[in-house]
Amino acid sequence: MSKLDSKIPDGPLKDKWTNYKNNINLVNPANKRNIDVIVVGTGLAGGSAAATLAELGYNVKAFCYQDSPRRAHSIAAQGGINAAKNYQGDGDSTYRLFYDTIKGGDYRSREANVYRLAEVSTNIIDQCVAQGVPFARDYGGLLDNRSFGGVLVSRTFYAKGQTGQQLLLGAYSAMNRQIAKGKIQMFNRHEMLDVVIVDGKARGIIARNLVTGEIERHSAHAVVLGTGGYGNVFFLSTNAMGSNTTAAWKAHKKGAYFANPCYTQIHPTCIPVHGTQQSKLTLMSESLRNDGRIWVPAKLEDAKAVRKGTLKAVNIKEEDRDYYLERRYPSFGNLVPRDVASRAAKERCDEGYGVVANDTNEGVFLDFSSAIQRYGKEEALVKGISDPSKEKITALGASVIENKYGNLFAMYKQITDDNPYETAMKIYPAVHYTMGGLWVDYNLMTNIQGMYAIGEANFSDHGANRLGASALMQGLADGYFVLPYTIGDYLANDIRTGKISTDSPEFAEAEKKVKEEIDHLVNNNGTKKVDYFHKKLGLIMWNKVGMARTTEGLNEAISEIAALREEFYKDVRVPGGADELNQELEKAGRVADFLELGELFARDALEREESCGGHFREEFKTEDGEALRRDDEFTHVSAWEYTGKPSDAILHKENLDFENVELKTRSYK
Amino acid sequence: MSTVKTLNLTLKIWRQKNNIAKGSLETYPISDISPDSSFLEMLDILNGGLIEKGESPVTFDHDCREGICGSCSLYINGEPHGPSRLVTTCQLHMRSFKDGETIYIEPFRAKAFPVIKDLMVDRSAFDRIQHAGGYISVNTSGNTQDANSIPIEKENADEAFYSAACIGCGACVAACKNASASLFVAAKVSQYALLPQGQVEAKDRVLNMVKQAEKEGFGPCSNTGACEVECPKGISIENIARMNREFLSAAITK
Repeated sequence: MSKLDSKIPDGPLKDKWTNYKNNINLVNPANKRNIDVIVVGTGLAGGSAAATLAELGYNVKAFCYQDSPRRAHSIAAQGGINAAKNYQGDGDSTYRLFYDTIKGGDYRSREANVYRLAEVSTNIIDQCVAQGVPFARDYGGLLDNRSFGGVLVSRTFYAKGQTGQQLLLGAYSAMNRQIAKGKIQMFNRHEMLDVVIVDGKARGIIARNLVTGEIERHSAHAVVLGTGGYGNVFFLSTNAMGSNTTAAWKAHKKGAYFANPCYTQIHPTCIPVHGTQQSKLTLMSESLRNDGRIWVPAKLEDAKAVRKGTLKAVNIKEEDRDYYLERRYPSFGNLVPRDVASRAAKERCDEGYGVVANDTNEGVFLDFSSAIQRYGKEEALVKGISDPSKEKITALGASVIENKYGNLFAMYKQITDDNPYETAMKIYPAVHYTMGGLWVDYNLMTNIQGMYAIGEANFSDHGANRLGASALMQGLADGYFVLPYTIGDYLANDIRTGKISTDSPEFAEAEKKVKEEIDHLVNNNGTKKVDYFHKKLGLIMWNKVGMARTTEGLNEAISEIAALREEFYKDVRVPGGADELNQELEKAGRVADFLELGELFARDALEREESCGGHFREEFKTEDGEALRRDDEFTHVSAWEYTGKPSDAILHKENLDFENVELKTRSYK
Repeated sequence: MSTVKTLNLTLKIWRQKNNIAKGSLETYPISDISPDSSFLEMLDILNGGLIEKGESPVTFDHDCREGICGSCSLYINGEPHGPSRLVTTCQLHMRSFKDGETIYIEPFRAKAFPVIKDLMVDRSAFDRIQHAGGYISVNTSGNTQDANSIPIEKENADEAFYSAACIGCGACVAACKNASASLFVAAKVSQYALLPQGQVEAKDRVLNMVKQAEKEGFGPCSNTGACEVECPKGISIENIARMNREFLSAAITK
């Protein structure tokens, strides 16, 4: 346990960050010019960190696997970003945002980190507006807000359904300004394949130029990973096709602890799987649950008929519908947190009430017909239309819905060929976000000196379940406002170090290993393509390490993944060579790492004998099927140390001390 | 959904080993494609078959597959992002094609977008245009003024958003007979021109970005409007008119 020092500053919760900032070491501007920092990943966390570090005067080398930093997957975030501005005067405050996030995370995150996050949230909005991010505004010209699941205030800032895009383009523009000045050296189409550690400190990376295949050495005084989450271990997820765990996993294999890998968010509202050739899943924003009602048929025979295509949702009478969220959780209804909504959907489908004709009948209705009627009647009143026809009301209501969610409805129609204005949407939970990640202390430093992890890549702020509109907040908080301070404290000791050489034996050794792994993959001459293994891994994860986990299933998953990994190395076929653009080789390397991470993930889930947030163990539930936390034994972070293979990983525990919040059973009933 | 008949197609795909090799259109038959599959899933299936046969799979850019990252491109049957409107290639579905159809798939073509391999092109010229002025010079201090201290007329804020919705895919360039980047540049210029925060550097911004676009080898705009038609995000050519006004006024007064 002594190995894990979270370095949380002393003092009252609300003063910790201020006191910390007042007491850290600073690097003078002249010395910053002599210090290099590598930032891997250019999403909200990596992009904002790279820009800010460069503004401060450090020499930044930024890496992304995409052809431009603007394409990192933060761009796909739809709903919004939370900030405790209290512009609505509805009682919001730093403390409330902190409290909601701690509770939403099912009391499995660090108080001090989350408080700091809530504290800097307001700066993010100010900063983004100054950068020209076009947030939604009301007619008075002031910023508009909306509400998200699991909270009782309106604190979410948004830019239609494209908030992530606009925030990322803001960070990208800040990067561009520094690239133009030569303060950021940008390496597009580069993938980090290892971290280099010299005398116990992270001093550089090995990266592959994805266009030429060249293996390159890059040195720096510190390395920052903003490389996102590992949801693609499930093959099908809302992540981008290229999203991967390689950078984080390589860091883990070099000694960085991996924390809480089993905490994964399965988002309730995604478009269901349509067939075995499907490559990815698409999210329908949580904001839809403001107006959509979720239901399945109350009768098994109706569900069967819907799947067969002989019965339509509109023809099922009101009394034959089961609005199961409203039934089970009357106070929060359709706006329960994501983990609760997802599990409830699975429960109904497992019982045979699913409405989609795929292998597992996985799908439920998300229905806007009552909202359309409600808004239609309101509009008719506002417009002074007396005695409006049913058609008129429907048309008026549909136009209100279109104003609110038009782009999402269009996307749904494009993908499914169904018109959601006329018939209920079909949705099902899908893997969306991973709360677990590299273990970091209060400084966002991993247990490797000089190696930092920010944004989704670290584990620190969301506990066992993330609330909506909090990922964007954390990514930008880490990159703009936290890391730039904390890294200075570390780099202050490096002002006399001088340039880090890439000729050291450590660099040579790391490069050699990377080349050997690549050579193995391209020369393997197996019979099965990479996707075969990735899909198989995904199925094991989804069926046994997904929304409901059991001892038996997890044990099976562990041995099946280990066997699959062995088969992968024996039988994978990677066409083409190492010295050229080779997308199959890129995929193979990423899947190799997922095959290790998946096993650790299942082990972590097995070890955590309780249910909390996104982690649900069938053995630990209340009488009415809700998650049963076991605070006496599991109020800790599980941080895993790599020792050769996932089955030999050593567990270290960091106890979570709650001094300001009382641990309660989460209830949304 | 799954009861629909599958499609058999002939694909004519541009293959080019690298940026110096000479490329050519190759023919690939493909069968049993579900109309619910996306266009890129269809290419995944093709590639799976090629790998199994020991042939080299087709290289193409793609990432989010949600129509927002701007990675995917492809010139499909003579149109950037294919036949549907307001849709990127990754959101194009096979139900837009008929059984037995021949589909031509080429890279986005422009002098400023050199082919890297097969259907993948180098669009870094767009990044360099942004380096030339696609930003507001404000440091991340945490001490900027309160976000609500300057009210912005809703109409302008909304317009700025519509301009900022550009995903930088390059369809506008691929659609243009002059391979002009005007719509792309204009979208960024407009976003900032419509916001008070963007005013301070407005003149330098438009001059520098337009200059950089010319330097990259993009052609001039001749107002055909093809870019607007093919833009998957529906960016209006009114942005180009606004950019031209901004440019003119900057050129005269600067």
